[in-house]
Amino acid sequence: MGTTNTRRGFRTWWVRTGRFGMSHVILALIALTTLTPFLWMVLASFKALTEVEQLNPFPSVWHPENYIKVFQQIPFARYYFNSVFIAGWVTILTCITSAMAAYAFSRVDWSGRDGFFKLYLATLMIPGVVTMIPNYTLMVKLHLMDSYLGLIVPASFSAFGTFLLRQFMMTIPPALDEAASIDGANSWRIFWDIILPMSRPGVVTLAIFTFLGNYGSFTWPLIMIKSQHLRTLPIGMLFFDTIYGRQTNLIMAASVMNIIPLVILFVISQKFLVKGIQLGAVKG
Amino acid sequence: MKTTRRQRNVVIAAGFLLPNLLGFLVFTAGPVAFSLVMSLSNWNIQHTVPFQWTFLRNFVDLWHDQSFWLYFVNTIYLMLGLPLAIAGSLVLALLLSQNLRGITIYRTLFYLPSITSGIALMILWKALYNPDFGPINAVINWTLQTFHINGILHALFGTSVTPPQWLLATRNLLGLDVEKVGFLPAQWGLGARDAIIIMGIWIAVGGNNMLLYLAALTNLPQELVEAAQLDGAGKWAVFKNVTWPYLAPTTFFIVVMSFIGGLQGGFEQARVMTGGGPAGTTMTMSYYIYTKAFEEFQVGYASAVSWVLFIIIFIVTLINWRLSNKEVNY
Repeated sequence: MGTTNTRRGFRTWWVRTGRFGMSHVILALIALTTLTPFLWMVLASFKALTEVEQLNPFPSVWHPENYIKVFQQIPFARYYFNSVFIAGWVTILTCITSAMAAYAFSRVDWSGRDGFFKLYLATLMIPGVVTMIPNYTLMVKLHLMDSYLGLIVPASFSAFGTFLLRQFMMTIPPALDEAASIDGANSWRIFWDIILPMSRPGVVTLAIFTFLGNYGSFTWPLIMIKSQHLRTLPIGMLFFDTIYGRQTNLIMAASVMNIIPLVILFVISQKFLVKGIQLGAVKG
Repeated sequence: MKTTRRQRNVVIAAGFLLPNLLGFLVFTAGPVAFSLVMSLSNWNIQHTVPFQWTFLRNFVDLWHDQSFWLYFVNTIYLMLGLPLAIAGSLVLALLLSQNLRGITIYRTLFYLPSITSGIALMILWKALYNPDFGPINAVINWTLQTFHINGILHALFGTSVTPPQWLLATRNLLGLDVEKVGFLPAQWGLGARDAIIIMGIWIAVGGNNMLLYLAALTNLPQELVEAAQLDGAGKWAVFKNVTWPYLAPTTFFIVVMSFIGGLQGGFEQARVMTGGGPAGTTMTMSYYIYTKAFEEFQVGYASAVSWVLFIIIFIVTLINWRLSNKEVNY
């Protein structure tokens, strides 16, 4: 290497690689610690039950039929559908309600806007446990207990979503709406045809967040769901674990199937997600 | 009086805000007010006791409620993992911000527990922690046997060690008593709460906080670092005098959010992994609210507990907010 042919150059090279090498060793060790439980989970899901508690990492005989057995023992496909269906609807509705509110808070200039926005943001502080009990009694009164509507509608309004999209919309140059408004476009047209398409990265980010959060949602479905056919993945998994908890290999197979969509979604959408997390923390 | 454009725009804004605000009123604002009203009553959702306005009675009862204080201490104990997790996130971000090769791969791997966190991971850790069949104790037992550790300990100190019972044990690293708020030396050890903390750190270290630190570090002005190095500052001095102060707003944000989350946390873990046990040692404030409302049907009392939690969070946020206005200013 050209830069390392002098003594001094070699020393610099050695110090740099040595330091970076050390970093790589530490990072690789942490990555290993992160991965080991996942590896154990995947390998245990292919083992015979008697082998799960043994220390040999790989199954002596691979049992892919464990995965089929899960579908035979519990309506796992139904859980999948319910989770995706509910999370999907919540995502669509949240994106619409948040984008509209974000537009009002960022692109429309009205008296009292910024004060009102601060007040609105302050509600992010309200803990979920405070609203949980009254919402439960409300659902009972509206006869929405144990229904898709009761699982979807209360989750479809997000102050965080409004905040996130407002941050995105604030960065769009105001000249755009002004030009459109001179051309005679009304507010709805400006929102729908100009601002919404331009905020697409923000909407995608919010959609991913909302989907992830609701796919794994636990407390609200736990309170709301009584009948078997409405169970989502988390509730179904809890039930499976309580009833068939000793079949560790099958439980692990179900867990693997539970997290695979999340891993795929993450790999695809990593850029949006990382950006969204970083943007969400920027103060308004 | 002629209305200005800004005033006329209120109508347009109201139209756009309507869906979101309607949902907010029905599912957040209304419930908060309703919850406060309920907390002043003895409302039992199964009507086993006649409805009565009890005013502050629930709060007085709460003050003398031994269980509440125990669960309050549990909640705080479980939060002891937060500083460790935050420090871990910072170290990871510092390592990743060195422009090494393969950063994206490391970042993806570290984020894996966060993205998959939920019931599936808790069920996984429950299996890992199983004292008789789980791999963690299998590895501990293997280590003890292979290196004859108990033989050596017996010869030297006359003692021996056994692997922890993890989720089945009431022991903890502070030696907290089980029946009352206080300490009991016999309780010292590793137990269910520590197991939940370890899992929590494993999940959170490579998560959102690491990404936030990483973003802040990429924006760190290199001139500052170079200027400090020219003045002869070593690595630790650069970190202490340049990087750490620069990261203060990020740290502050992370600490506040973790604190608020921690106070409300612990429900999922306990519901899935321990059922609140053993002996209520993994019960937290949010689990107590759930139990009171949905298992004992004392909705009035549960609302009172949730309001106490709300007030604690409110005070913490307020203090943090005042501190931040004073200190994090450059």
